[in-house]
Amino acid sequence: MTEITISSETRRQSANRIQLALLAVLMIGLLIAPFVLYPVFLMKVLCFALFASAFNLLLGFTGLLSFGHAAFFGGAAYFTAHAVKEWGVPPEAGILLGVVGAAFMGLIIGFFAIRRQGIYFAMITLALSQMFFFFCLQSNFTKGEDGLQGVPRGHLLGFIDLSQPLNMYFFVLLVFVVGIFAVWRIVHSPFGMILRSIRENENRAISLGYSVSLYKLSAFVMSAALAGLAGGLKALVFQFATLTDVTWQMSGEVILMTLLGGIGTIFGPILGATFIVTLQNYLSTTGFPVTVITGIIFIICVLLFRRGIVGEFNASRLAAKLGFRSKN
Amino acid sequence: MMMIFGIPIQAFLGQLLIGLINGSFYAMLSLGLAIIFGLLRVINFAHGAQYMMGAFVGFLLLSWIGINYWLALLVAPVIVGITGIVIERFALRRLYNLDHLYGLLFTFGLALVIEGGFRYVYGSSGQPYATPDILSGGVNLGFMYLPIYRGWVVVASLIVCIGTWLLIEKTKLGAYLRAATENPTLVQSFGINVPFLLTLTYGLGTALAALAGIMAAPIYQVSPLMGSNLVIVVFAIVVVGGMGSIMGAIVTGYMLGILEGLTKVFYPEASNIVIFVIMAIVLLVRPAGLFGRDV
Repeated sequence: MTEITISSETRRQSANRIQLALLAVLMIGLLIAPFVLYPVFLMKVLCFALFASAFNLLLGFTGLLSFGHAAFFGGAAYFTAHAVKEWGVPPEAGILLGVVGAAFMGLIIGFFAIRRQGIYFAMITLALSQMFFFFCLQSNFTKGEDGLQGVPRGHLLGFIDLSQPLNMYFFVLLVFVVGIFAVWRIVHSPFGMILRSIRENENRAISLGYSVSLYKLSAFVMSAALAGLAGGLKALVFQFATLTDVTWQMSGEVILMTLLGGIGTIFGPILGATFIVTLQNYLSTTGFPVTVITGIIFIICVLLFRRGIVGEFNASRLAAKLGFRSKN
Repeated sequence: MMMIFGIPIQAFLGQLLIGLINGSFYAMLSLGLAIIFGLLRVINFAHGAQYMMGAFVGFLLLSWIGINYWLALLVAPVIVGITGIVIERFALRRLYNLDHLYGLLFTFGLALVIEGGFRYVYGSSGQPYATPDILSGGVNLGFMYLPIYRGWVVVASLIVCIGTWLLIEKTKLGAYLRAATENPTLVQSFGINVPFLLTLTYGLGTALAALAGIMAAPIYQVSPLMGSNLVIVVFAIVVVGGMGSIMGAIVTGYMLGILEGLTKVFYPEASNIVIFVIMAIVLLVRPAGLFGRDV
């Protein structure tokens, strides 16, 4: 008996060591990457990885499927772009405004959505984000079909020139790391444990005296704010904000990224986003219809591959051998 | 000129008619969604894509082998219904034991594939579909001009909706369906083939969407994306009506269509979002929906 616990303990340690080593390799890779690969592409990957991680905070760790996260992502992109371009605020303030705007929208949409559960929750978030889409289509500040173009990147803290691709890249990387750390921190906090208990058994969480609605709404707002962080960042990277980012197709895309990478894992959404963005980048040069491929991956994931890449790995024998999962 | 609330009566009635026509499509689509959800517990995201397929199949039948509107009204739903049956039999069926959200995600992927595929082949521009001769032209009702085809759509959709309602509420097959909705295991133990009923239901639901599509073809243009935003409006309608009730879906569909039309008269800017606003209000006041039972 004791022998087994000791060996699983050492395995657990080795798994932790492997994870740390992977993390170090990933960080070094991300530091070297802009010298090898096209920085704008990398920044796009980072933005979407952050977006998917924010989404996963809700789906993976609270068990709420929002079908309207594009509203926060695209909405924040508009807010940031507008603030930077029309009001001339510095980039960090612009992004902050985007985050605050997205959090506020999350508060409103979440307030309505948490009144229902499961499939209704998904449909309500979808409908409300579609309402926001029509608002963006018609209102003046979004410039309709044209979108906000020529958004200046400006100077970070007044002295770092973000129009330099490398400066911009490292700024994006920093925000990305902080964002992912925030997700990790939330998930591994007592608050995160309560969210998980709501995911596993909502009624029991209620009977234990937790104010479930409040926790759900907080998770929703945090997720929206982080999605807004990704959206505001993207607006600065591409220097425009358009309707594409608020469509329901975008909400679907972020679901796919999370599903493909692995729902409820920290690395899954990052991996999924990297894969999808790379694929889209590649397909856009071939003239092959991106939506069809996206749809096919979606169908395959749902039918055969529901745990996603990281989830399948965690469930595999190899992972058990390396100690990522205790054998039961 | 006669006025109603400071609006010329012609404009008022014209928008009322447009609202009624939109409402006819909303009713047929939300009816199909409600039937599928009732039995399969799947939110069929591909409903808009299947509506588009109905219109497209009608259009292709006409341009390839000259099958006219009346025949297409029968053939297109059958063809699309068969694709629905194949999809249910080989894919959707595997998801029944999982969280219902997977059904939503699967049909979402399906919608992307169908819409993306049609757009790839036919481009995103719309193709006109001629109104059948008997129904072209219009009648002057004295206070407004009514295109005959639009009148036909309103009447036909009412017939379809009431017919489907009768099928489910008054026939033996309908009784099986309703029983299987309540308790599938018990119904199966009585020797009724429930998996077959599920397949049939999905086929019926998609055929209804296709029927709405082919009816819409002469009014709106036939384009690959004609159903893509529509399906979300229909989702909102289903939330307002409450998913449990077939009649609720029909009534809410017409009601919100008319309301949307009237909004175009009084405050055009809000006409796109009025249904979503109604949805939000209903959620605050009656979370289960107007006709829904609490689930």
